[in-house]
Amino acid sequence: MSRIAATFERLKSEGRKALIPFVTAGDPRPDVTLPLMHALVEQGANIIELGMPFSDPMADGPAIQRANERALANGMSLRKTLDIVAEFRKTNQDTPVVLMGYLNPVEWMGYETFVKAAHEAGVDGLLMVDMPPEEGGGIVDYAKAVGLDLIYLVTPTTTNERFEIICKRSTGWIYYVSLKGITGANTLNVDEVAERMRWIEQHTDIPVCVGFGIRDGETAARVASVCSGVIVGSVLVNAIEKLESESAIEISSQVSKLLGDMRTAMDRA
Amino acid sequence: MTTITEDYHAHPDATGHFGPYGGRFASETLMDALDELSAMYTKLKDDPDFRQQFDKDLAHYVGRPSPLYLAERLTKNWGGADIYLKREDLNHTGAHKINNTIGQALLAKYSGKPRVIAETGAGQHGVATATVAARLGLKCVVYMGAEDVERQKLNVYRMRLLGAEVVSVTSGSRTLKDAMNEAMRDWVTNVDDTYYIIGTVAGPHPYPTLVRDFNSIIGREARRQILEQTGELPDALVACVGGGSNAIGLFWEFLNDKGVEIYGVEAGGHGLDGDDHAAPLSKGRPGVLHGNRTYIMANDDGQISATHSVSAGLDYPGVGPEHAWLKDSNRAKYVAITDDEALDAFRELTRTEGIMPALESAHAVAYAKKLAKQLGKGKRIIVNLSGRGDKDVHTVAALDGLSI
Repeated sequence: MSRIAATFERLKSEGRKALIPFVTAGDPRPDVTLPLMHALVEQGANIIELGMPFSDPMADGPAIQRANERALANGMSLRKTLDIVAEFRKTNQDTPVVLMGYLNPVEWMGYETFVKAAHEAGVDGLLMVDMPPEEGGGIVDYAKAVGLDLIYLVTPTTTNERFEIICKRSTGWIYYVSLKGITGANTLNVDEVAERMRWIEQHTDIPVCVGFGIRDGETAARVASVCSGVIVGSVLVNAIEKLESESAIEISSQVSKLLGDMRTAMDRA
Repeated sequence: MTTITEDYHAHPDATGHFGPYGGRFASETLMDALDELSAMYTKLKDDPDFRQQFDKDLAHYVGRPSPLYLAERLTKNWGGADIYLKREDLNHTGAHKINNTIGQALLAKYSGKPRVIAETGAGQHGVATATVAARLGLKCVVYMGAEDVERQKLNVYRMRLLGAEVVSVTSGSRTLKDAMNEAMRDWVTNVDDTYYIIGTVAGPHPYPTLVRDFNSIIGREARRQILEQTGELPDALVACVGGGSNAIGLFWEFLNDKGVEIYGVEAGGHGLDGDDHAAPLSKGRPGVLHGNRTYIMANDDGQISATHSVSAGLDYPGVGPEHAWLKDSNRAKYVAITDDEALDAFRELTRTEGIMPALESAHAVAYAKKLAKQLGKGKRIIVNLSGRGDKDVHTVAALDGLSI
């Protein structure tokens, strides 16, 4: 069983929901990411979503775009992102790591080389923002061969026909984007999400996690109650930006504390 | 023995692929909108009412057909092949860009969406979009890199006069690619009420196809005109390539005419030996950007490069996927012209023929000068004069040390 499947199974048996922080690798500096990942796990992260920096993050809002720019300006690269995951794996063999990003750096490295390197580094899943299932043909066989999960997005504009295609292609979990728009946009409508979740859960057994617009413990808890987990990104990235000039330890401690508050709210619910 | 000849008009396939290029590398939020657009376009493109409306607008609003002009004095000075200029600069708004915006504005109208958005580099596509939006009473927002806002002030003000909101984009390299990122973000957020008028033959399927189709009027006219004027097909076609919409517009009708050589001219900037250029087909490699797979300029890590060209309209690190495929299949050759060569051509055409070309189009003129000598007297070259140079006058003046 994959680390991701095992995580969802364990959480289910405990009656808890997955808390999945997103941070951009190398933001604001490469030395921050490893201690930050460990701190996030200590504060209750069940899976870590690590952004692979890209110069042109078209689906992200200004906050995450600036995170990408900070990381790249400080020398971050796809190779270094994989190195950080390998370092993380030396002391943590349990927490799944999913890489999220845009296709061009992966195409540049080559699908086969990238999938092999990611697997060796201890990466568990991939979420490529600009690779819908229709265009995933180049990577799917390599990913399957090493057991790397391919996670796809479902949005409020996804038709039922497309949803079925996405379900067939998805492994690991399905990422439900709760808003039309870019990351860091408005606050979501929990009732709408709940209604959509009821429909989705009738049509698939794969865990569904919800992201976009989750900014505080209360929203996290309410959304988590209708799905398998929540993804929290912009709130953490905004905090990192404010703490940019602080030490790696200070950033890790303060940013992970935000996540800890969400964990507490979710477990209390 | 049978010869298998490639039908260059048989692309893209049903999913928008030109060989390995093109496709639909878009975020999930846009997939349904792109499916709807494909379905609507497939239905309308052969619809007699739609065709008639499009042709009527091109004739009476744009002013088509545009002339095919034998530049006799230029030909004589160069001492080689006859130079025919396809005068897209004479279109309403001053460039080929209006062909596409007329077509897409009709699509926007049929879709019932009250708001259109566009990205623009030199501002020609922005002006063409603001123009059709004014005519149809649509709300219009144009995204433009902050650097381009600075160097294309005239077009910025034209767009504002036309009632469009111009958003200056300060992220990334502050040029066309960043404007396109920002337009994509707008579209993802407002997909229910917004139609995105992409200005070039790039982006996710079906954009490369529909933008090509709307611009292919250029080549249809040129082919008919040169046959009327000379009784024969041309020996070569030359057009500048940024995203590649004017080039594919001229080339497409001739793709299956095997005797016609085809040259796309990229922006060589300060020269292809360094990094300061915008020539992905000459110096880049295949990758994925802005919704399609194509040739791209990026660093060793796959991060998109900042590009350079004296002409804002060519200053883009990618190129339309059909050009990538035409390059690989050897049907077209892609070459580069430096800033200095383009500026020389700008001055030479202005002084010799009294036609002031856009700096983008001046790249094509500069290459035609080289090619005219190679081909020699009695041969015929059609150069796409994709736009007029009024917008570039202050850029050229600044290079002369003048502020106007």
